[in-house]
Amino acid sequence: MNTAQAGGGSRSSRFKWLVPTLYIVFLMIPIYWLINMSLKTNTEIVTGFSLWPNNLTFDNYKVIFGDPTWYNGYINSIIYVVMNTVIAVAVALPAAYAFSRYRFLGDKHMFFWLLTNRMAPPAVFALPFFQLYSAFGLIDTHIAVALAHCLFNVPLAVWILEGFMSGVPREIDETAYIDGYSFPKFFGKIFMPLIASGIGVAAFFCFMFSWVELLIARTLTVTEAKPIAAIMTRTISATGVDWGVQAAAGALTIIPGALVIYFVRNYIAKGFALGRV
Amino acid sequence: MNNKPFDNKAWFFVLPVFILVAISAVIPLMTVVNYSVQDSFGNNQFFWAGTEWFTEVLNSDRFRDSLVRNLTFSAIILCIEIPLGIAVALAMPRKGIWVSVCLVLMALPLLIPWNVVGTIWLIFGRADIGLLGFTLAKMGIVFNYGQSWLQAWIIIILMDVWHWTSLVVLLCYSGLVAIPEAYYQAARIDGASRWKVFRYIQLPKMQRVLLIAILLRFMDSFMIYTEPFVLTGGGPGNTTTFLSIDLVKTAIGQFDLGPAAAMSLIYFLIVLLLSWVFYTVMTNYGMDAPEKREVES
Repeated sequence: MNTAQAGGGSRSSRFKWLVPTLYIVFLMIPIYWLINMSLKTNTEIVTGFSLWPNNLTFDNYKVIFGDPTWYNGYINSIIYVVMNTVIAVAVALPAAYAFSRYRFLGDKHMFFWLLTNRMAPPAVFALPFFQLYSAFGLIDTHIAVALAHCLFNVPLAVWILEGFMSGVPREIDETAYIDGYSFPKFFGKIFMPLIASGIGVAAFFCFMFSWVELLIARTLTVTEAKPIAAIMTRTISATGVDWGVQAAAGALTIIPGALVIYFVRNYIAKGFALGRV
Repeated sequence: MNNKPFDNKAWFFVLPVFILVAISAVIPLMTVVNYSVQDSFGNNQFFWAGTEWFTEVLNSDRFRDSLVRNLTFSAIILCIEIPLGIAVALAMPRKGIWVSVCLVLMALPLLIPWNVVGTIWLIFGRADIGLLGFTLAKMGIVFNYGQSWLQAWIIIILMDVWHWTSLVVLLCYSGLVAIPEAYYQAARIDGASRWKVFRYIQLPKMQRVLLIAILLRFMDSFMIYTEPFVLTGGGPGNTTTFLSIDLVKTAIGQFDLGPAAAMSLIYFLIVLLLSWVFYTVMTNYGMDAPEKREVES
C-alpha cells in the first residue's frame, strides 16, 4: 500500500514533491551563499557580485587551518562539547532508569524541576555562572563550560532517556533478576543494548545543544578555552571585516552537525519532543 | 505508569543528577535572588533594598516594551512556522531514499551554531554583498535592516522561520508516519475528501506532537538571544530588543545588578509558569495516548 497515494488525491500527488523541494531550496540558499563567499577572495566579495566564485580559492580555509587562534577555537569547542556529552549522559542514565521504573518521594516534582532548567533562559544564568566559576578559579577552562552546559543538557538527557526506557517492558528487568543477574550486570549487559538508540539520541542532542550555545560559553571563557563561535563574533566587531574568512569559519561549523545528523535522522523528532513522540 | 513500584531507594539513582543540576542551577539562582533585594554604591558594600527593584522593573516602560516585543515576535513566528511546518510535513515523501535526503537537509539549520545563523543572515541580507539584499536593491527596494525597524523585523522573522520551521516539520512528520494505513483505507472506502482526511484523521493524530512543537517554539522564541543579537544587536534603536537582549544589556553592559537580577527573576517566573503548562500538557497526553490506542484497537 502506498501511503503517499492514500494521503493525497491522484491529481495533487503529482505535484506534491514541489512543497518540500521549494522548502529545502529556501533552506539551502543562505547556506549556499555562505559557502560561495568562503570560496571567493575578499576583493571579489566586495567589488564584484556573482552567484558562483569566479576565481575559486581555498585561501580563506588556509587562513583558518594555519592560524592557531582560529583552529584552536574548533578544538576548544569540541573538547567541551564532548566532555559535556559524556557527563550529561553518564549521570542521566541511572536517573532516567529510576524515573521510568519506580515511584519515589517527590518524583513528579523532581521531573518538573528538571524540565524548568531545560527551559531556563541562558541570559538569566550568564552573570551568576561567571561569578560561580570565578569563585572556584575555573574561568577559561573547558570543564567550566562543560559543567555550565549541563544545566540544560542533563535535564534534556534525562527526559529523552526516560522516554526510550519506558518503551522497554519491565518484564525484561524482572526476568533478568530471576535469572540471577546483579543490577550492574543487568544494566550493562541487557538494558543498555536495548536502549542503545536512546543513548545515541540523547548523546546527539547534548552534543547539538552544547555545540550551538554561545552566550554561556562566551561568558565563561577568555582565551584558553574560547569556542569557535565566539572567535567569529570577535572578528565581526573588528574594523574591516574579513568576510571570506568569516564565511569559511561559519561554513566549517556546519560540518560536525551535518555529519552526526545522518546517524540520528530517524530519531531526531523523538529527541526534540523529549522522547515523547 | 501507575503500576510502578514505590521505592525511595530510587533516589540514589537520581542523586548525581540532583547534585549536578542543583550546583549549576540553584546556587547561581540564589546569587540572582541575593542581588535582586540589595543595592550597592560600589566597593562590594551592599545594603537591603527590599522589593524596590521589582517595582522599578515592573513599572518601567523598558521592561514592558521588550516583553510586548517578545510576545509579538513569538506570536508572529508561531503563526508562520506551524502552518508552514504542517504543510511541508504533509507533502513529504513517506518511503524511499528521498525520506532520508529530506530529513537530513531539513535538519541542517537546526545544527548550526546560533551566532553562525545570525552571521549567515547578516551576510545574506546586506545590500552590498548579500544575495537577498542585492536582489532587492536591483528590484529598486532600499533594503537596510540597520535603518528601518520594519525591515529589521522582517529579516529576523525570516531568519527564525529558516532556522526553526524544520523542527515543526520533523515533529509533524513523525506524527504522520505513525498513522496506520487502515485509517486511510477506511477513509477511501467512505470517499472522504482530502480536507476531511486531514481534518478528521491526520490533525487529531498529530495533536500531541503539534502541541509539543507549539510549546517548544513558543518557549525558545521567548528566550531568543544570539541570533537577533548578531544580526541587529537589538537595533535600530531598541526596536528588536527582546527580553534576553535587554537583560544582558542591563546586567553585563551597564552592570546594573539589582534591576537585572529582579528582571531575571520576573523573566524566570514567566518561563516557570509556561514550563508548568508544558509539563501538564505533556504528562497528561502521555497518559491518555496508550489507553486510547487500546480502546481503538
